[in-house]
Amino acid sequence: MSTFFEALQQKFGAQVQSMSAEREQEVYLHVGDPDIRALVEYLRNEFQARLVTVFAEDRRSAEGVFFNYYVLEGKGDPRYLIVRAPVRADHPEFPSLSAQLPAVNWQEREIQDWFGLKAAGHPNPRRVALHDNWPDVHPLRKDFPLETLLPPFEGERHIYRPALGEGVFQVPVGPVHAGTIEPGHFNFAVAGEPILYLQLRMFYTHKGTEKLFEKLPIPKAVFLAESISGDSSFSHGTAFCQAIERVAQMEVPLRARIMRTILLELERICNHVADIGAIATDVGFVIANAHASRLKEMLASLNEQLTGNRLLRGMVCVGGVRRGWDAVQLVSLRAAIDAFASEFQDLIALIDSSESTRDRLELTGVLRPEKARDLGIVGVAGRASGMDLDVRRDHPYAAYGRYSFRVPVYQIGDVSHRMQVRVDEVNESLGILRSAAEESLHGEFCTQVPPISADRCALSAVEGWRGEIIHWIRTGPDNHLERCKINDPSLNNWPALVEAVQGNIIADFPVINKSFNLSYSGTDR
Amino acid sequence: MFKIIQKTIRTGIVTKAYPAELAHISEHFRGRPSNDSREVTVDYGLCVFCGLCAEASSDKAVRITQEFELATKNRRNLVLTAEYTLNADRTHRQLGTVRRGSGSVETDAKIVGQKARETIHKVLGRSLAIREVDAGSCNGCEVEIVALNNPIHDIERFGIQFAASPRHADMLLVTGPVTRNMELALLKTYRAMPEPKVVVAVGACGISGGIFGENYASLGGVDKVLPVDVYIPGCPPRPQALIHGILLAVGRLGEKLYHERGR
Ligand code: SF4
Repeated sequence: MSTFFEALQQKFGAQVQSMSAEREQEVYLHVGDPDIRALVEYLRNEFQARLVTVFAEDRRSAEGVFFNYYVLEGKGDPRYLIVRAPVRADHPEFPSLSAQLPAVNWQEREIQDWFGLKAAGHPNPRRVALHDNWPDVHPLRKDFPLETLLPPFEGERHIYRPALGEGVFQVPVGPVHAGTIEPGHFNFAVAGEPILYLQLRMFYTHKGTEKLFEKLPIPKAVFLAESISGDSSFSHGTAFCQAIERVAQMEVPLRARIMRTILLELERICNHVADIGAIATDVGFVIANAHASRLKEMLASLNEQLTGNRLLRGMVCVGGVRRGWDAVQLVSLRAAIDAFASEFQDLIALIDSSESTRDRLELTGVLRPEKARDLGIVGVAGRASGMDLDVRRDHPYAAYGRYSFRVPVYQIGDVSHRMQVRVDEVNESLGILRSAAEESLHGEFCTQVPPISADRCALSAVEGWRGEIIHWIRTGPDNHLERCKINDPSLNNWPALVEAVQGNIIADFPVINKSFNLSYSGTDR
Repeated sequence: MFKIIQKTIRTGIVTKAYPAELAHISEHFRGRPSNDSREVTVDYGLCVFCGLCAEASSDKAVRITQEFELATKNRRNLVLTAEYTLNADRTHRQLGTVRRGSGSVETDAKIVGQKARETIHKVLGRSLAIREVDAGSCNGCEVEIVALNNPIHDIERFGIQFAASPRHADMLLVTGPVTRNMELALLKTYRAMPEPKVVVAVGACGISGGIFGENYASLGGVDKVLPVDVYIPGCPPRPQALIHGILLAVGRLGEKLYHERGR
């Protein structure tokens, strides 16, 4: 680590000030200037580093400045490197990275909207996280109270890029969609059938979640974490608890770590099987969805049996899990894994037997690997387009280090490959589940939580079923948090949808969208 | 094709006849916390059914039950207070009565289901259309609403379908705390629906704002924006709880229609 730091100092001089690591997996590099473009460029070139996320923090009252944090991950390195750069309160501006790194486009604009720090030189600096009709407020600044009453909404004033040319017209869809799905606005420019480009307007479900985290006592904040994105309740809950456990330097008992692993994998296969069915429906193979949703229901019942809730809520807690499993529950778990496994093979055989389904999925909604790399696409969508990433393997947590599994990576990046990644992952998950369910689950399932000291930071990552979930926290006094940054993979992946639909016919939009199946609530928070 | 038929036949009928038959619920399921042996006030319209209250209550004054049919037409019915006095050794000395808001509670799902079927058949011409709007939810409620269309819960048994357009809808099913950004879209959807119509608020968030409450971005429960006819507690409500509440709202729609035609 010190040689690395010396090399950086030689190259960047006084810009790099110090380096610290409270924990092995998390290295902080403190720099003196908000301009970190050259540094990031260097880390990307020399260490094949990937920029995981960017976020800000208002530290004006404690340290007189704002901070931007750039989380990086080096290829094959289990540690995260977090570059911390100050942004002056009297000159709230930082040089934008978006021109060279389109992946941070939305994240920088979110900082601009929520903290009022200008991303100077951003190619498209318009609002993203606050709609255009919002007054000039920056809700994540410390001097903005959570309960602030804003004047009522008076209609969206966002101006979309016009669709020009003969026979070219715009198709606006949403925020309320035809089906039972979350709200967002899609603005298509089409030339007849083919889509020329798609503009997205998200953040309709923005409900002040990150700010609210600063107001809740930690045990209650766990439930808020479970409500960041309903279908990823357990993953977000676990990511949050892990962050607190790291701050408090707690050792989570093995039994709890294995149980968490089992529940994380159940959440994955539950959502994957539902998506496989939904993708089939969108190309007209409805019967496959009937079976898939039956399998999902089977898992929801198992979830309830194991945790008392069909979405696995109210189970994870800081220090472990809230309840152990008795012999009957373990028998149900093993039986359900076997029953699911054989039914799942049947379902896949059924879908494979339908040539017209396969035909509709192949070369539809292609996201090329170079694009996926530029846009920083993660999770299922990333792996279908050559991004060989998986937090479970790259930064092991819970009990993943104990099991072997393969990370499926494909190169074409069409709907078919996004489907195939899910199929492969279900099979890998079943392997993990089988091994984990055979372990002897004895001993403590939760350790006592020590008093949590203020002003400690920690980063936690979980591979949710969609992809990489990041939580970063700073603790405050009295069992509260000062800041909680939530990065759902959906926020990274929306630009992939924009890219993948181009040139496809509008009738294929539903299936392309479904093959990404991103969370609006996770994005909007 | 043959494969599909074979698979269908082999799978057989999977639909459960709830509410004609009791729902099969695992003994671990966490439904309504019961507080009928100690003075505590529980608001089922805020509750996320985490079970911490029961864990904290060493004398079992608050217990978790398996009840889930909590939907009601009156928000006040969701606030329950039980009275008690405690002995020094923390046992109860005297039990008071349980106070509830006024109005009846419609928990018998069989009766509710029977009435709803009659309403749908006789009054609504055998079909009822629901327009669902997510006004800011975490999507947990949507997961369970979508499950109503799976072969296990199959809400079409009742002649109930989900409609793409509000213009075809009799019922507006709303989830989530209403966010500042969704208020207008929700109002527009409501206004586009023909009369008579009913509004159902789903989940802790739909009832009161739930864990998100009211803040700069969240207005709170649906009744801050629209008149609500039925409230369905849960976080999220399980599919049977949704069916129970929707059927209750069908009854309410029947009343409205009856009233309209009577005039
Ligand atoms: S009630 Fe619960 S499940 Fe439903 S939207 Fe609110 S937090 Fe999500």
